Amino acid sequence: MSLALEAPLAPAASSTAAPALLEPAIEIHDLTVAYGTQPVLWDVDVALPEGRLIAIVGPNGAGKSTLLKASLGLVTPLTGWVKVFGGPVAERRSWIGYVPQRESVDWDFPTSALDVVTMGLYGGLGWFRRPGKAQRERALACLEQVGIEDLAHRQISQLSGGQQQRVFLARALAQDARLYLMDEPFAGVDATTERAILGLLQQLRRDGRTVVAVHHDLQTVSEYFDHVVLLNLRLVAAGPVETTFTPENLQRTYGGRLTVLSQTAESLLRSGGRPRLGDEERP
Amino acid sequence: MSPALVIILVGSLVAASCALVGSFLVLRKMALVGDAISHAVLPGIVIAFLLSGSRASLPMLVGAGAFGVLTVLLVELFHKTGRLHEDASIGVVFPVLFSFGVLLISRYANQVDLDLDCVLYGEIAYAPWDQLKLAGQLLGPKALWLNGLVFAVNLLFVGLCYKELKLGTFDPELAAALGFAPTLMHYLLMGSVSLTVVGAFESVGAILVVAMLVVPPATAYLLTERLSRMIALAMAFGVASAIAGYGLARWIDASIAGAIGVAAGGFFLLTFLLSPRHGLIAKALRHRRLSEATAEQMLLLHLKAEGQGLSREHLGRRFGWSEPRLEATLTALTQRGHARRDNGKCYLTESGARFIEATGQELIRDRG
Repeated sequence: MSLALEAPLAPAASSTAAPALLEPAIEIHDLTVAYGTQPVLWDVDVALPEGRLIAIVGPNGAGKSTLLKASLGLVTPLTGWVKVFGGPVAERRSWIGYVPQRESVDWDFPTSALDVVTMGLYGGLGWFRRPGKAQRERALACLEQVGIEDLAHRQISQLSGGQQQRVFLARALAQDARLYLMDEPFAGVDATTERAILGLLQQLRRDGRTVVAVHHDLQTVSEYFDHVVLLNLRLVAAGPVETTFTPENLQRTYGGRLTVLSQTAESLLRSGGRPRLGDEERP
Repeated sequence: MSPALVIILVGSLVAASCALVGSFLVLRKMALVGDAISHAVLPGIVIAFLLSGSRASLPMLVGAGAFGVLTVLLVELFHKTGRLHEDASIGVVFPVLFSFGVLLISRYANQVDLDLDCVLYGEIAYAPWDQLKLAGQLLGPKALWLNGLVFAVNLLFVGLCYKELKLGTFDPELAAALGFAPTLMHYLLMGSVSLTVVGAFESVGAILVVAMLVVPPATAYLLTERLSRMIALAMAFGVASAIAGYGLARWIDASIAGAIGVAAGGFFLLTFLLSPRHGLIAKALRHRRLSEATAEQMLLLHLKAEGQGLSREHLGRRFGWSEPRLEATLTALTQRGHARRDNGKCYLTESGARFIEATGQELIRDRG
């Protein structure tokens, strides 16, 4: 897949230039979220650095999606707060791109791939204004970046799972954000799409964007990401993959249940750390 | 204006108003909410009547609209506790509110002209005779004004907030993340549904409103893959139902509202059977073509793998096909030049070999 991202995406990073490394992309302080009486996040304190690919890892029900939703302002916390680039989420909406779980929408909705990508541009239009030719062209360019511009006018139920995931990614690209929050972008996609998504994430990083993704495949964490947040209701650990994604921390995240997986991690670490796909692409 | 024209116009206005908001209800999987609202607004109508002491339309619209939104609030309240599913929640709320309305009528309003018949069944046939009077002037049929107003409000709402409604229906999370207040849009839509239901009450009755909210949008949903076209088609089906229903009622001398509902059902049934993409018949044909194509491919693959000159008996045994099926498959392949028959034996031809090679490649690529 060709990744001609530079042209449309480069300006945003420079125009919203923040003092590098001083301000975290996301700062979460004492965050507790509960649905009813059931706490899903408990007293989470973490700062995520800008310009990295960050994985959120943890067992089912660990609060991974909730952490993303809190960073988007979609859930109201019981206590604590979230700041995005030093400000409240409500004032940073246009800086954040969102890729929800694929199952979160009805793919039988009467709409085309291009139309869904155009939705990423609604925020820039504001209330009542309709998207026009300029928006459709921009959306088409985003579909091109994920390699499915030929499917622009297809109804979304006629797309394969991987193609649907690419539509969601293109929609997030259309948002032209500094920070991308993705809920399991690699879930249920074929190998080709997985490579394509990975290439896209690496491209985003080259452009200075921050990507925070819920990730399930422990085998690929150290290969795909720079930074990891280990979560199980509470924050277990957060930091660079090399120092944080350790068998001990995985054990603490998953408890005794996942010995096979921690062995996997161990063998990965022993084999010399981080074989990266796409290293050859980097300057 | 002739009475027939007034009736058809009123029916068309109701149908168009319903299609505008009903399309979103169907896409939000809330089709039954229209049904619930149409019944649950009864106490609102009665209370408005008791407070204002008249059957004036405006207080009734307000009272009913308030109860419509209350219905949705209650349904979501019960549903969100996690103790009741949405269907049970709807099933609890609207019959209770409706019964409360019945109770109010029988206790306080049974001497006056506010009977259940006129609320539930309405009578579109009287629409031409109930004139709107303002300062002693006759301004034309009241139902025409009222439903025209409702249609204008709905058109304005959907026209202005089309993008917001679409995003809020397809992906409410993104709508919230982008600051498009999906919850507010949700309640505005429910308010619009309430208004539509109440506005159409007197003229066509609740049951026809429920039909018009769901049936034409569901029909349109089967025919198109674009939201704007779905809404336009739903309006067209609604208006066509009003016209055809009026004709039917005149022809068999029966209830006009009933005939319009039946006409809408007829359009749905026809579409369900005949829609080129989602219709039952098209699907059956597609399925059959697909199964024929698979059978042909399997036979070619077998010829390729097992060698040339296989007998019919061997093929019949191998695939467990009936004689006519084997014959049909062989005939199709021979006609296309993919296979050749000689002396009761079957052979793979050059073009058949190329075809099966290409098909295999295609199958592998489609998996990716």
